[in-house]
Order: sequence, then C-alpha cells, then structure tokens
Amino acid sequence: MNLVKWARLKSPWLLHFNTGACNACDIEVLAALTPRYDLERFGALLKASPRHADVLVVTGPVTRQVKDRLLRVYNQMPDPKFVVAVGTCCISGGVFNGCYNVYPGLDSIIPVDAYIFGCPPKPEAIINGVVALLKKLEAS
Amino acid sequence: MQEEELQKTEKKSAYELFFDIPVGPQHPALKEPAFFKFRVEGERVVGVDVDVSYNHRGIERALEDRNYIQNIYLIERICGICNVAHTLCYAQAVEQLHGKEIPSRANYIRLMVEELARIHSHTLWLGVAAHEIGFDTLFMYVWRDREVVMDLIEMLTGNRVTTAINTIGGVRRDVSDEAKDKVKKGMNILEERLKYYRKVALNDPTVNARCSGVGILKPKDAIRLCAVGPTLRASGVKNDVRRDDPYTLHDEVPFNVITFDTMDVFARVLVRIDETLESVNMVRYCLDHMPNGDVRIKLPLSPPVGEAISRVEAPRGELIHYARSNGTKNPERYKVRTPTFENLPSVSEMLTSKSDYEVNIADIPITLASIDPCFSCTARMEFRDVSKGKTWIWSLKELKAHCSKSRR
Repeated sequence: MNLVKWARLKSPWLLHFNTGACNACDIEVLAALTPRYDLERFGALLKASPRHADVLVVTGPVTRQVKDRLLRVYNQMPDPKFVVAVGTCCISGGVFNGCYNVYPGLDSIIPVDAYIFGCPPKPEAIINGVVALLKKLEAS
Repeated sequence: MQEEELQKTEKKSAYELFFDIPVGPQHPALKEPAFFKFRVEGERVVGVDVDVSYNHRGIERALEDRNYIQNIYLIERICGICNVAHTLCYAQAVEQLHGKEIPSRANYIRLMVEELARIHSHTLWLGVAAHEIGFDTLFMYVWRDREVVMDLIEMLTGNRVTTAINTIGGVRRDVSDEAKDKVKKGMNILEERLKYYRKVALNDPTVNARCSGVGILKPKDAIRLCAVGPTLRASGVKNDVRRDDPYTLHDEVPFNVITFDTMDVFARVLVRIDETLESVNMVRYCLDHMPNGDVRIKLPLSPPVGEAISRVEAPRGELIHYARSNGTKNPERYKVRTPTFENLPSVSEMLTSKSDYEVNIADIPITLASIDPCFSCTARMEFRDVSKGKTWIWSLKELKAHCSKSRR
C-alpha cells in the first residue's frame, strides 16, 4: 500500500451537503460525529470547504434549484473523490419521488460510491456506510 | 432588501465600496441549503438578502395527490426536526374535518411526545449555537446528553427522529408501564444536565461575550415583523399557542410561558433552556396523570366536505395548517405556514446595522442560528410562474410530462 493511500484511509475528510433534505438525515450525520457514536475515531473530520474534502456526504432529495450548486461543489473537490448518499430521499427521491421539483435520486446527477438506507438512517448505519466505503477504498 | 433601496440608504463610506459577501447554499455555518447575501461596509453589515428556494420540493402539490393516511408520512418529512409538531397539526386538522374527538389517553401521549420532541429540538439547537460561537466543548456535551431523549423517543415510537406517532384519530402506539419508568429516569438525568447548562450559559465568559448585546430585536419590531416562538418570547412578548389557543391538553397541564427582556441572542439561549425545563415537568405531569383507555379511534378515509385550520406551537414557533376537503380521499388543498418563514424578516432586521447598534461579520453565524432556522420547512411554496406575474397551476398530467421531459 503506498503512502498516499495509507494516509487517505486514515483520514477521510467529509464534506456535508444538504440538497433539500428535511433535516432528519442532517442531524443524524451530525449525531454520528458526537461523543456517543464518534465517527471521528476513524479519522473522519467534517470539513468546511469542498477543496479540502475527500468524501461528499449528500443528504436529501436533489431539488432542481440545488442541482447546479451540487455539481459545482462536486467539481471543486480534488480527485480521487467519493460520494456517499445518505437516506432514502437521496438514493431514490423517497417519499418525494414524483414531486415536480425533485430528481429521482442522486445517482442520476453524479456517480455514487456508497448508499446508506433509512429514513433517516441511524448514526450506526452512517458509520457502517463510511466504514464500507473505506473498505472498498482499501481493496481498490 | 432590494437593490434600489440599498442604493438609496447608502451613505458615503470610508471604504467608498460596499462588498457583497455570499453565504451558502453550501457553507460551514449553515447546515441547510439557503443563500444569504450580506452587504458589508468594512466589518459592518448594512444589508441582507435571503433566498431559501434551494429546499423547494413541491410538498403542497404532492399532498393533493396522496390520500390522508399517506400524507401523514409526507407531512412529517416537511421538517425532520419538528416532525411531531407537523403530524400533530395535520392530525388535528383532519380530525376537525371529521368533527371527532380523540380518546383522552391519546391526547396525553401526543402531548408527551410533543414535549419530548421539543426537548430534543431545543437541546439540538443549544449544541449548534455553542458550535457557532466556537464553544465546541459545550456542543459535544449537549449532544451527548441529547442522546438520552433520543433513546426515549426511539423506545416510545420506534424511530429516533421521524416518529410517525400521531395518526388520524389518535396515536399509533400505547405507552407501557416500564416505558413510563424509563422516561421518568431519563427526565431526572435531563433536568440535572439542563440546570447545569443553564449555569454554564449564565456564568461562562465565552457565552456572555459572544451572545450578549448581539442580534437585538426590539419588542416593537418583533411584533411588526410577525416574529413567532422563542424569537418573539426572547424579545419580552408573552405569546405561546399552547397558552393562547390550547390544543390537546395544554389547558390542563400546567406550564409557564418563558420570556426574557434582553432582546438579544443571550435571551434566546436562556428562553430555550428554560422552556426545555418546563417541557421536562410537562412530560412528568403526563406520566403521572395519564388515564387508562384506548389510544385510537377508527375514522373513515375520506372526511366530509369542509375546511379546517389547526395551530400548534412547534419548537420554533407557531405552526399553522389549513386543509380543505371535497369529500374524496385526497385533500383538495393543503397549506402549511411554518415558523422559520415567519422569522426571516426578523433575522434580516437583527442582521442590519442601525444608528444605535452595530452588526459585525463575526456575529452573523450566531445571529442567524438564534432564530433556530429550519429552512426545509420554509421553501415549499405553491407552484407559480412569477416571471409572467400570474398564478398558474399545472395539472398532474402536465407536471408529469414536464418532469419526464426534463429528467436526464
């Protein structure tokens, strides 16, 4: 394993982007970072700028208004970049599927590496998703 | 504020230039996609422009396509944090259409879960506010203790966040005696911790330095700009739907309406901590006085023709739902008025420098957070073509055709 990959596995920096969620997934993503669940023990850290991030954590159904911003944020991230879709709305539109302002899933806009199911997923599920992503990265 | 108005109010600045700082829709201080444009003169903020359209999902239109039972699950996803208030308001509106009363035990459970959700929402906010002032230790402490109430909600309803406990005609689940004991124990832990946070808020120099005298909203302005909820009460105005227009059992369960008169972010912190303590006592009262009996009555799927308005004090303020039924299984029109939308003019007022009060760029995050913004509620207007200046509603067929055409 080369040094860069080793470093990447030990410190995946996350960028959280809400694309129109109801906030339920957002507070669970945040809860996953707080003492009870402590996602930070895997080296994951929530970052403010897309330019610092390795993993884009997207919550919520993608609305038409937010699509351009999502693409801009995605393009600003340095390669290699990974996308995690958190919650049913993000994966398929969920309960909002069929609404006129909502896209039918994040993977119709940008490629997605890991899907975390649930409405909202529990913090344990989010940790599981991030660990699954790291394992996938390790195997690649 | 509009561009022309800004031009008019501009006086010659020492910097000669005004800068516009765009904030959002992706920004570390905002957990949600909203866009703010701050016009600054050096460090002073002199104008604010708000755009909350990023969260528009078209819920009100979707509500008309689904039946009353399916709508419970859509309604609670308007906002994940105040989902209990939304389902409660919706269930009340539909029961009003039916003209039916629900069993007393169901009312007690509704009130108890509503107050538990308020505890969860206010402690969540306290943590976020601590994060915004750079006091991350407090953030981590508060969120650790918040897990106590999350566990209780999960035990009572089956899910941590979106509970779906309220349903048309009552509640979905009964509360067992063991559950009651666990809730009581949880309330004791929370009360002790909340009293500690109250002490921290009152005595800590960091909280005092960052919150006192910041984000001033005078009572006169708060009333003029239709502020609601803790934002209004922190400006010293005693206003609470639970007291003014009691629903469920709020006329029976004793509680105090908390107000503070310092009108700043500090007052909003204390109002929320004290309200949480009130909620703890209300939950205890419900546990002690809960009668035996059914928790749900069966109601037909289609309510009779009519209109209904229901009001609930959500954690963020007054929430209003309006329903119109045409006797079918889908509502003919459903309208939601949410508290954050009502508080946006107030936050613009708080963030604009006046002759007697300066707003600095560094104060923007905490002032913005002080109304407990929840933009997911906010941007769900009906479909309108504003560019042509007329209201124009598409049929479902046209909408579907448009969606399939523009989908990639």
